[in-house]
Parts: sequence; structure tokens; C-alpha cells
Amino acid sequence: METLLIALVFSPLLPGIIARTKAVFAGRRGAPLLQFYYDIHKSLRKGRVTSDTVTWIFSAAPSVLMLAAVFSSFLAPFGRLKAPVQFTGDMIFLVYLYGLARFFMLLAAWDTGSSFEGMGAGREAFFSCLAEITLFADFLILAKLSKSLSLSEMIQQSSALSWRQAGPALMMVVVSYFAVLLAENSRIPVDDPATHLELTMIHEVMALDHSGPDLGWIVYAGAMKLFVLGALLVSILIPFGTGSLFFDRALFLAGMAALGVAIGVVESVMARFRLDRVPSFLVGSFVFAVFGLIITFARGV
Amino acid sequence: MPHRKLHAKNNQGLDLDRVPLLERDVFRKTVLESCSANARVVNLFAGLRDDGDALVFCVLGDDEQSRLHIFSTRVLKDDPSFPSLTPELPQCHLFEREMAEQFAIRPEGHPWLKPVRVISGGRPFFEIRGGEAHEVAVGPVHAGVIEPGHFRFQCAGEEILNLEIQLGYQHRGVEPLMEEAPAPRAAWVAESIAGDTVIGHATAYCGVIESLSGCPISPRANCLRAVALELERVANHTGDLGALSGDIGFLPAAAYFGRLRGEFLNLLMELCGNRYGRSFCRPGGVLFDIDARMAGDFTRRLLKAGKEIDEVADLFFTRSSVLSRLEGVGVVSHQTAKDLGLVGPAARASGCGRDVRTDYAYGMYRFCHIPISLAGTGDVHARAVVRWLESQRSIDYLIELLNKIPKGALLAPPGPLRPNQIAFSMVEGWRGEITHSAITGPGSRIVRYKVKDPSFNNWAALEQAVRGAQISDFPLCNKSFNLSYAGHDL
Repeated sequence: METLLIALVFSPLLPGIIARTKAVFAGRRGAPLLQFYYDIHKSLRKGRVTSDTVTWIFSAAPSVLMLAAVFSSFLAPFGRLKAPVQFTGDMIFLVYLYGLARFFMLLAAWDTGSSFEGMGAGREAFFSCLAEITLFADFLILAKLSKSLSLSEMIQQSSALSWRQAGPALMMVVVSYFAVLLAENSRIPVDDPATHLELTMIHEVMALDHSGPDLGWIVYAGAMKLFVLGALLVSILIPFGTGSLFFDRALFLAGMAALGVAIGVVESVMARFRLDRVPSFLVGSFVFAVFGLIITFARGV
Repeated sequence: MPHRKLHAKNNQGLDLDRVPLLERDVFRKTVLESCSANARVVNLFAGLRDDGDALVFCVLGDDEQSRLHIFSTRVLKDDPSFPSLTPELPQCHLFEREMAEQFAIRPEGHPWLKPVRVISGGRPFFEIRGGEAHEVAVGPVHAGVIEPGHFRFQCAGEEILNLEIQLGYQHRGVEPLMEEAPAPRAAWVAESIAGDTVIGHATAYCGVIESLSGCPISPRANCLRAVALELERVANHTGDLGALSGDIGFLPAAAYFGRLRGEFLNLLMELCGNRYGRSFCRPGGVLFDIDARMAGDFTRRLLKAGKEIDEVADLFFTRSSVLSRLEGVGVVSHQTAKDLGLVGPAARASGCGRDVRTDYAYGMYRFCHIPISLAGTGDVHARAVVRWLESQRSIDYLIELLNKIPKGALLAPPGPLRPNQIAFSMVEGWRGEITHSAITGPGSRIVRYKVKDPSFNNWAALEQAVRGAQISDFPLCNKSFNLSYAGHDL
């Protein structure tokens, strides 16, 4: 339960940190760190406007998204904090939990019949296919290193034991996973969460017709997804516990904040890719993961 | 064939009788022959005669010789057709559509004769059939704070096969307003033709009125007009560079360019009390002066802003992730630019060295020259580079002007307009060549006022530039042209 609470409470802070980092780079003061809490709160209080032509799928998608986000927070370790739900192969469940949410979001986008949303959904489907193989390659490395098929074990054991023994492989995991993290959460250089240009959007465009609470849940679920997937990366990168429950959690949250800053820096120092270059970026991340696999299996650690 | 064409100058009033009136076939032959040599169509417009027949005026510009030629033909009320020039000369296509809409003149053989501005009922659009093809309709209401326009894309997947642009949603009837409005109000109307080209259109309007009334302008007023025009240019060019950065998600440059645009707008504000330069130019001169202290202050701030632009541009134009977005995207070839008769930075980015400030120099530009900024590749990158170069050169030019503002009166109110005249004024606005023309009747009233914003020439280039491009790159291409909807719609 604690992981769920942490994710629910802290996830909207992460995009706030990213936005603030970008503002600093642009020489602006930027929105308050808590802006996303205000935005979600505002959306949840509003009424909704729904097109006459959509079916139940359109209204169901935000709930599915939010439920997937809630369930996923049970499966992921947050630093030294183990996931409350663990079983063999839970990482596959995690990936396809998000897959299910995406499936509903794609259907909801196509349901509107809007050409913008159709294009966005097509892009999302294509790019997530490419991101998925990298994700599984990374999980394979971690599974081999930790000799376990459960997410908490995989991540905590491999990072605790192996940074010294299998540093290069873990480094490959971190690099490729970071690329996937950016792609999965529609950040620059893959997508631009700040743009208003529908023709260039990937993720945002699918939510164009959702309003009020529907939009609020989609934004909230997006923040939670970033938080949970980010938590996996931070857990890999923090290879030790402090021995104190309180400091472990504080260290984890500091790590998450640092991740927010890192994403903000990436978004500030580079332009977005041209859309037809995104597959190369994702395949590039897969190549990193494959190198990691080769190192892991060749050395037999 | 000197008898066929009347040689004219920028900002010159001519007796209407002296404009050669050619037979339809001779008119057509003259246009085609001249344009197959070095000329291009600067303006092609119609006006009604008292007897109900229409007169079609053609203004050709030979940029290399810096010569303007004007001639006309008559289209009878009872037989309102003339052979279209468009099949041989694509740059005429919008001019002919405009004439057909305004005066019920029928260009026979025009390949796509649909209305330009009047929106009523359905419109034909190009169609495409096939399982993989799909259509995307964007606008007229857009997501950002921009003007209305309808974009119809035919795509195969992410690739744009064809784009058709339908404008006209901002049609306010500027030309009749300019004819009817009393002089003080007409200046306001001229400043409202395109909200971001206030100085450009106001200067062109003043040029027309001054040519029609034979009113001389003091060197000081001419110099101050040039100062305002260049400030407007730098402000918009830096703003455009910022908007380009924003579109590709390159935040720091977007923020810094955006702030620098404000610096230049603030200078205009201090000059005349309005950030966009409203109420600065009036027929006969200008309404506000720059004293020595102000000139020194402007120079200091321009030097500082110029240095900052260079720093940000250095950051922008050297970043590989930026270059990969700009290079090779939205290419307009040199030939296409010539065929479509592009003007302004869009033409100069495709290697066409057209610039009214040099080719048809007027006012201050006759005494102080400014180099033409060229690029060759015709892509988004070239259009961005031309904007950067022009910003630098405008700042240098501004500093040069501010240090030697000539003496003279600010304003000498023009006298009454001369009857039966035609006058022309071309100004290089930041977007390109602005042309205002006016014809006075026997009673010294303006009976026909014709406005041509550079956007009118250049919208067709955007349609060509995005062919074969990714649809996700369209906003970037669009921004690289940054054309005016209001200026086109009038």
C-alpha cells in the first residue's frame, strides 16, 4: 500500500520539477512546482463534454488508464522499498498492464473519428512496439544478473550486487531504459508535451477530445506512469540501502527529484527529433540493450 | 517594343492616359514575352471604367534592370472573358482568381478557378482516392493564437501528397474601405491590413498618397520611416526565429529570441507610443521625432540586442539536433520560387535576390544601401538563416541611420490628389514586397485602391514546400514562411 500512496502523492510533483528545470534553462521563473496538482484538481471538478459519436470505450479509457497506473504501483520497487505484490514474471504483467491502458487509449482516439487523433494513435502504436523490445531486453539483463524473474528481486539484487561486477551491462540498461522512459512518457526528444500543434503530437493528441475529469485522470495516470517507470530506473541507480527506513525513502525521493531534473535538462538542451527519426532513436536504444545482453551472457555473471 | 510598355518608377504618379492600352492578344503576348526574359508580375489587377468595362492593369518588374513597366487592356462588359495567363505563367494564378472574384472577369483556361476570399457554400478541393490515402482537414479554427485558415492535406500515411490552402476568413473589404474612407481614417485602415506589418503597409499607403498629390517628403521623415520599418523587420525576424525554436521544442532559443523581439517592439513603443508602430507614418511624413539623446540610447540598446541575437543564434544554428530538424525540410527550389513569383525572405532563401530596398530603392534606401541577404537551399534552414542575416544587417543599418538623421520638417501635409492619375508604391516589408496602387477619377477621388501583401505571392510556395514532407513537419514549414492571413484576405 505504501508504494501506491507514495505514487499517488508524489507523482504530480515530477512533471512540475521537469517544467521548473526547463524554465530555469529558458531564463524564466516558471510555473509553481505544484502546478500539476492544481491542474488535476481543476480538471476533476469540471464537467465533461462528450462527442455524440463516441461509444463507451471513449469514456472507459481514462478509468482503465488510471486503474493500470494504480495497479502498476503495486508491482514496482521504490528504492529499497519492495513491491507489495511480487510473483514470477510480474515484469511482464507490468509491461502489459501499460499495454492494456495504451490499447484502450488508442481505441478511444480512433473512436472519436478525428484525423488528428487517428494519426497520433498510429504513431503511438508504432513507437511503443519499438520501445517494448528494448524494455524486455533490459529486463532480460536484470533477470540474468539477479537470477530472478520478479521485478523487486531483479532490480534490488542486481543493483546491490552487480554495479561492481557488471557495471558495463547495468550502464547499458540505464542508458537504454532512459531512452525508453522518455519515449513511453512522451517527452522530448520523442514527443513534445508542451506543444499546441496537433499535427506534430503523439501522446497528447489522443486526449484532445477528453475533457474535465476524463482529462484529469489521463494527466494523473500519465504522471503516475512516469513516476513508476522512473522509480525502476532510480532503484537501479541507488545500489545501497542506508539501513534506516526513513532515510531509504528520503534517498529514493531525492533520486526521483534528480531524475526530474535530468529529464528537464535533456528537454532543454536538445530539440525534438523529426518524427521519422524517432524509430532510429528507439532502435538505437535497443542496440544498447543488446550490447548489455551480450556482455551479460558472454561473461556469464 | 517601347510603345507597348510604360516605364514607371516606384512611388511615382502617372497620368492615366499615358498607360498603354493594348489589345487582349498583345497584352497577353507582352506579359509572356517579358516574363520569359527577366521580368516578373509585380501586380495584376482590374478596375472598372465608368462605362462598365473593366481595365486590367499589369505591372511587370525587371529586378536586375530595376525597371517597372505598366500597361493595360480592356475587358468588355458584354464579353467578360480573356485568355488566362496562368497555364503559361503560374505566378498569375491567384491574381486571375482574384480578378474573377472581384469583377466577374473570366480568365478562360484557368486550371483552378475558385474564389479566393468569399466564403459561401461549399468549395471544391483536390481529391485523392485509394486505400492508403487519407485526408486531414485543419482549421479554420486552430489550436494556437493564430489567424483562421483552412488547410486540406491529402496524405499517404505520414507523407503529404498535396496540400490545398483555403483562406478568406479574414476578408474585411479593405480595398473598398480604402477607396471610401476619409483620409485620416484610411491611414488607420492601411495600418490594420496586417497587424504585424503596420509600418510596412502605412509606408506604402503614404507613398501612394504622396505620389498622387505630388507632395515631397523631407529627408528626415524618410529616414525615420526607414528606422521604423527596419525595427519592425528585426522584431518580426527575431520573433520568427523564436517561434521556429519553439516548434522544434528547443526551449532556450525560443525564450531568448522571444524576449529579444520584445526589446525591438519596446524601441518602436518609445518611438511612437505603440509597440507595433501605429500612428507613426502619415501622408506627408511622420508624426514622431527622434532627438539626439534618444538616438544615442537606441544605438546603445541596438548594439546590445545585436550582440545577444548573435549569441542565441550561435546556440541555435550550431546545435545538431536543431540542424537536423531544419535542413532539407520544406524545400522550395530556385525554379519553383521563380515560377511562383515569390517575394521577400522566402524568395531570397531560394536564391532569388529580390529586395525592393535595392531593386526599386525609395526614400532613405536610395541614399543608404543595405545588402541583400541570400541563401541557396530553399529549405526551412535557409529561411531561418536569411532572417538571421537580415536581422544583423538591419541592426547595422539602424545604427548607421540613427547616427546621421538628416535635418528637415517632420510633416508637410499633402495637398489635394491630382485627377486621373495612377500611382504605385512598393515597400520591402519584413515579409517581402508590399504593393499599394491607386487610381484617381476625374474628381480627384480615389476610384480604385489595390493592396497586395507579400503573403498573396507566397502562400502558394507553402503548398509546394510541404509536398512529400512529413505531415508532422508542416507546422515547422508554415512557421518558416510565417505568412499573413489578414494580409492575404484583405
